[in-house]
Amino acid sequence: MQKIKEKIIHGFFFLNGFLVVIILIGIFALLLFTALPAFKEINILEFLMSSRWNPTSFTKEEYGIVSMLVSTFMVTLGSLFIAVPLGIGTAAYLSDIASPRVREIVKPIVEILAGIPSVVIGFLGIVIVGPIIAKIFHTSNGLNAINGSVLLAIMALPTIISISEDALNSVPNSFTHASMALGATKWQTLVKVKIPAALSGIIAATMLGMGRAIGETMTVLMATGCAPAMPEGFLSAVRTMTSTIAIELGEVPYYTTHYYALFGIGLVLFVITFIVNLIADIVLHKHQKLSR
Amino acid sequence: MNRCLKIAGVLLMALMFIGNAYAEDMIQIKGSDTLINLVQRLSEVYMNEHSNDYIAVTGGGSGTGVAALINKKCDIANASRGMKAKEVDQATSAGVDAKRVVIAMDGLSVITNGNNPVDKLTIQQIGSIFSGAITNWSEVGGPNKEITLYGRQSNSGTFVFFRDVVVKADYSAKMNRMNGNAQIVEAVKQDISGIGYVGVGYVKDARGVNVLKVASMEGAVYASPLNANDVKSGKYPIARPLNQYLNGAPKGAVKDFIAFELSDQGQKIVEEEGFFPIPKEYIDYNAQSVGL
Repeated sequence: MQKIKEKIIHGFFFLNGFLVVIILIGIFALLLFTALPAFKEINILEFLMSSRWNPTSFTKEEYGIVSMLVSTFMVTLGSLFIAVPLGIGTAAYLSDIASPRVREIVKPIVEILAGIPSVVIGFLGIVIVGPIIAKIFHTSNGLNAINGSVLLAIMALPTIISISEDALNSVPNSFTHASMALGATKWQTLVKVKIPAALSGIIAATMLGMGRAIGETMTVLMATGCAPAMPEGFLSAVRTMTSTIAIELGEVPYYTTHYYALFGIGLVLFVITFIVNLIADIVLHKHQKLSR
Repeated sequence: MNRCLKIAGVLLMALMFIGNAYAEDMIQIKGSDTLINLVQRLSEVYMNEHSNDYIAVTGGGSGTGVAALINKKCDIANASRGMKAKEVDQATSAGVDAKRVVIAMDGLSVITNGNNPVDKLTIQQIGSIFSGAITNWSEVGGPNKEITLYGRQSNSGTFVFFRDVVVKADYSAKMNRMNGNAQIVEAVKQDISGIGYVGVGYVKDARGVNVLKVASMEGAVYASPLNANDVKSGKYPIARPLNQYLNGAPKGAVKDFIAFELSDQGQKIVEEEGFFPIPKEYIDYNAQSVGL
């Protein structure tokens, strides 16, 4: 009787794990099979190389995703540029320098930051961050890639802080004690011993924050201006892949070339996010192996 | 454990029945952002007088509304443009008999920042500005500043109408695609070199923006969309009918609601919202199209 009960529970948990894998494969298959018919009408090289996306054009329909790829990477890298130093610094503060009292207050606040809806952050971008950026850089409006980068940095910060702090905390105490015993100051220990030891965890945190930033839709749709031209710099309006799908999927009639092409963009996005998460996972595993 | 399951099961079944009863007399309206505030107001007044009927109004742009009608996901599609030939074909092959009702007139307004001295332009100048041929305010008698364009997204009926009637070419790739009329008004308010196009209902109370007077050609009279007579007589060159599309002749609650919209009480609400009541030619058209 006990054995049967054990087997049932074992099977139940196995099914749960299996279900997750099935869902992931299912999503990938759906994207792949819905995107394939697009390439009967669109040259795949034009799709991947042309910078003009205009499927509802007055004159000629064009399906090129390069401007969108560049826009996505611009806002993502911009956001990492802001969030990584800020995040690692906060993680170092929380794990090394803050008193337990301060840690107990700041950590929940960081978690709450992760819970703010992306629409609200997008709205703050239009109403607060935009005018500030316009004033600092003397442009006429604040709907550009810098605005998107700042907002995405706010959204990626909690991920980076949490995981980096865990990585720093799991550096063995023996390292810290050995370093201090050799006469190093707290700062030297932090920068030259602890952070290098936790480096793989910190890299994994960065990649996961990057994955969050790549997939963000509502925030960039509201605050970056959505102009489809190839961006000339960080002060021009950008349109990411996610915004394009969000704007156009509602109005496109089902099963047309435009519809399939949007799923093609989704497929590209899925592959990029998958690769980023895969690298993060490999690096994190290496980190866990080393610290055992 | 057993008791909890039983209670949960009963509650679930009760919820299913309540859900069914609620959906009985519901009218689902989707589509144009230009029309959404007007139709929401009309439906609120209607629901006050007919407490059995329930009307749900959502946005998404004219393109989204027409697509929903073709996919049989709504009863009425709000559209600030006519259906395209492609959409009519898709409706026919999906078995949808699209009938059109005109419920209001709109003087599509071109707005600039309150501090911009330019207050009138010809329709050709506006077209050149939005296609990117004219890039500096000094070319049309304004200050030496680069023009910032604000328009809608491709799912918008206003986007399509303005492009076909005024721009007559593709929009400049640098035009910022905003989410809705209200966002365009806010953006132009904050940007001294901004120009945008919105439905007249969104400018009746707007402070901080100028509504441009438009002439149909060089030397013709400049007319303003805020002047009801100019819009009705056709002197204002960018006037357009605001439509609703249905599947087949209206019946039941849908018929009553549309009759209300076209009645004196409904047309008075249209005027209060800043739009214009339908002229005789469209009253006759409605009678012939849906018998109301």
